[in-house]
Amino acid sequence: MAAEAHTIDALGQFKLAPALGGIGGSVNFTNSNLMMLVAGLLVLALLYYGARPRAVVPGRLQALAELCYDGIYNMCIETIGDEGKRFFPFIFTLFFFVLMGNLLGLLPFSFTFTSHISVTFALAALVIVLVTVVALRIHGMHFFSYFFPAGAPKLLAPLIIPVEIISYLSRPVSLSIRLFANMVAGHVMFEVFASFVVMMAAAGAVGTVAAIFPMALNVALVGFELLVAFLQAYVFAILTCIYLHDAVHLH
Amino acid sequence: MRPMAPRPRMWLRRPAFLSATALVGSLMPAAAFAAEAKEGMPQLDVHHPLFVSHIVWLVIIFAVLYRLLSSWALPKVGEVLEMRAARIAEDLDAAREAKTEADGAVAELTQATREAQASAQAEIGAAVSAAKAEAASQSAVLNARLDAQIAEADSRIAAARSAALGALRQVATDTAATVVTRLTGSEPDSFTVDNAVGAALAARGHA
Repeated sequence: MAAEAHTIDALGQFKLAPALGGIGGSVNFTNSNLMMLVAGLLVLALLYYGARPRAVVPGRLQALAELCYDGIYNMCIETIGDEGKRFFPFIFTLFFFVLMGNLLGLLPFSFTFTSHISVTFALAALVIVLVTVVALRIHGMHFFSYFFPAGAPKLLAPLIIPVEIISYLSRPVSLSIRLFANMVAGHVMFEVFASFVVMMAAAGAVGTVAAIFPMALNVALVGFELLVAFLQAYVFAILTCIYLHDAVHLH
Repeated sequence: MRPMAPRPRMWLRRPAFLSATALVGSLMPAAAFAAEAKEGMPQLDVHHPLFVSHIVWLVIIFAVLYRLLSSWALPKVGEVLEMRAARIAEDLDAAREAKTEADGAVAELTQATREAQASAQAEIGAAVSAAKAEAASQSAVLNARLDAQIAEADSRIAAARSAALGALRQVATDTAATVVTRLTGSEPDSFTVDNAVGAALAARGHA
């Protein structure tokens, strides 16, 4: 997508555009939402076709579906505790929505919806609202003791309480920026190095040969981005689990 | 405190650091191109006509996905896992049952063998003692018969002996009478001869 005038349009890939033709356009359905839809359908298809054989000795697809189920289930139980069972579908949805968004974004000509801060912040806000609601439901007004650790000197309350409140409120910010920044960084680097390849190839024979280097870098970057895709989805999910653990058990 | 927190959090620091470095490293060359400076990041363009609808559709898609996963897709997989766990538990129970059964059978077999050995021993003992008793009774009968035969033979010998002795006295008396008649020419008194023979026999020890 290198522009003709020897500039690199590294951010053009993040532009929202209408998708699904006239019908999509009339309801303001975007290319980003289309990938969300695909991500959701892929997750549902994986579970549906994975669970369909109902075999005692699973095949490959069933083993994959069971691995996904068991992996997230164990993460919920281990991190949140027994109450984790109730949040398992939510954590599962969150993890696979983010993971599929990250992975789909690596395909050429697709769109990475997790590279939009509005999307990641919406998810993070959902998490923090859920965490707060859960904490208030379980502990009632006692929840607010969370902002003042037991045993801390009373004199320090004016200092500790604002710090704790800021730390609590910065959770959705760090949660959303971490994912957003990771995805943006990866895709900007792809775009920049890919543009280098095109521009160097246009510069002549020597440039064409030298263009192998940014090309090789991009190949290595794909592997790295695959790791990041899994890692960031995992981080998002496990941090949500930790926040839920705090909400359920307070301190 | 938080028992689970330290492990994942320590673990998180590295990727966060990596991503921060990656972001700085990648944005610097990108920022070098002036074209970006004018427009800025599309992600921060809140006045984009699709900005709000983008999030509305996100919420709709996420909510529908959550609903479908929690009430349809995940229970299906959970069911399969539960089914397998139940099946395995069932098989284990069956195996355990079979093992107890086998153990019982082995114990029964051992018991039966022991009993059979004991009864065989007892039977052998009984047979031996019965044989011994029979042999003893048989030998007693045989001894009695032999004793009887011996006694009979003894009595027969005694009878024959006395008969022989009686005959000897008669022969001696007749011979003496005949000798006396031949020598003297007159028949001797039978009473006197008989007495003399008796005295002679008594002298030789034959009553």
